[in-house]
Amino acid sequence: MLEKRIVVCLDVRDGKTTKGVKFKGNVDIGDPVEMARRYYEDGVDELVFYDITASAERRGIMREVVERVAAEIFIPFCVGGGIGSVEDMRAMLLAGAEKVSVNTHAVLHPEIIDAGARVFGNQCIVLGVDALRDNEMPSGYRVVIHGGRTHTERDLLQWVLEAENRGAGEVVLNSIDADGTQDGYELTCTRMVSEAVNVPVVASGGAGTPEHLVAVLGEGKADAALIASMVHFGGYTVPQIKRALAAAGVPVREHVKP
Amino acid sequence: MRAAIVDYNAGNLRSVETAVRRVGYEFQVVSRPESLKDADKLVFPGVGDAAAAMAVLERTGLAQALREYYSGGRPMLGICIGAQIVLDRSEENNASCLGLIPGVARRLPGGEGRKVPHIGWNQVRYRDDHWLFKGIPQDKSFYFVHSYYPDPAEPTARLCRTEYGVPFASGIERENLIAVQFHPEKSGEFGLRVLANFLAH
Repeated sequence: MLEKRIVVCLDVRDGKTTKGVKFKGNVDIGDPVEMARRYYEDGVDELVFYDITASAERRGIMREVVERVAAEIFIPFCVGGGIGSVEDMRAMLLAGAEKVSVNTHAVLHPEIIDAGARVFGNQCIVLGVDALRDNEMPSGYRVVIHGGRTHTERDLLQWVLEAENRGAGEVVLNSIDADGTQDGYELTCTRMVSEAVNVPVVASGGAGTPEHLVAVLGEGKADAALIASMVHFGGYTVPQIKRALAAAGVPVREHVKP
Repeated sequence: MRAAIVDYNAGNLRSVETAVRRVGYEFQVVSRPESLKDADKLVFPGVGDAAAAMAVLERTGLAQALREYYSGGRPMLGICIGAQIVLDRSEENNASCLGLIPGVARRLPGGEGRKVPHIGWNQVRYRDDHWLFKGIPQDKSFYFVHSYYPDPAEPTARLCRTEYGVPFASGIERENLIAVQFHPEKSGEFGLRVLANFLAH
């Protein structure tokens, strides 16, 4: 049986892992390579690295981080943040990433999805999307960009379907309403998107307890759940979360100690 | 031993290279047919479209070189698309394939709650005591990303089995050729063990 994936997300700024709340105020919490190795040894199924380095000239640091991660961990990982061209994608994939994710840039220039999928295959192209609850939109959710600071006129569901059509092979759906709250995932939104698309949906934003993951992987119909704070700050470990999921009947990969 | 990884422009080899290095083997990346003659162990990875992959292999002469390598009886490990194009043909764009193992690559049926492509970790049950899985318990999970699966004609070619709507052969073999649909290079420690077992055999 296909298992539900636990994905740990690391925001990386100037080569250091950082964590912010609702995109305001960030604190450095460690070396991304060291943290990636620890999560790998703890049995995480996948990792995502978001480069939130502000200046373009410091992007080379991220490539080095990706190369070092690739040499040490042997599970899939995705890199996002600041990817604005097929060349940016190529650099990260050649550095060893399995997938790249596009968010703001794809909303502004959707053809990057087609171009990336054509060159690297759909399985390499992940659509990251930030959703904000908004009853004025047909699906009830508005697409926001620039980390939530800019509202767009796009409807969430329409945009995700368009991106799938263009060749996105996976969707990381982040709820801006839930992000950083640790109060639980946005279940309605996740379920709506997961039922509408034929590619895997990774739920993001709001994880605080293993019960939140049980809910989003069950009721929310997500294929994978992204977590950050709940493991970065030591409240929970990946094996603990997996045990809780298994006990609740969610199929997860058993922990394998390297 | 001279291990080689075949590069035929079907996706990113980087993760296969780092994984092979990690389990302690030196290798060459080869893209010219004549280079296959010097190899005595071959890893044949790849992702993407079977027809596109075959077109590159035929155009570059690698298809013929792979057939000759196989006839020479030397060990060969196909990964992902490499487990499909060793068959006679693929349902994907009705591609004519290498024909090293009789059979067809078929499309996964999908269905209720089962998205295609099949992406993620799924369990593998292998034929008892097979050397490729030495040191790995039964029903451990490996990482998959695919829409088509190998359907070998002969039951003896079935090396391991996975279930996704249908039970399918997630690994196949014939003589000196082994091919797995999952990605050992992305399947954690058990995946590395599969690579190490192949290279040590």
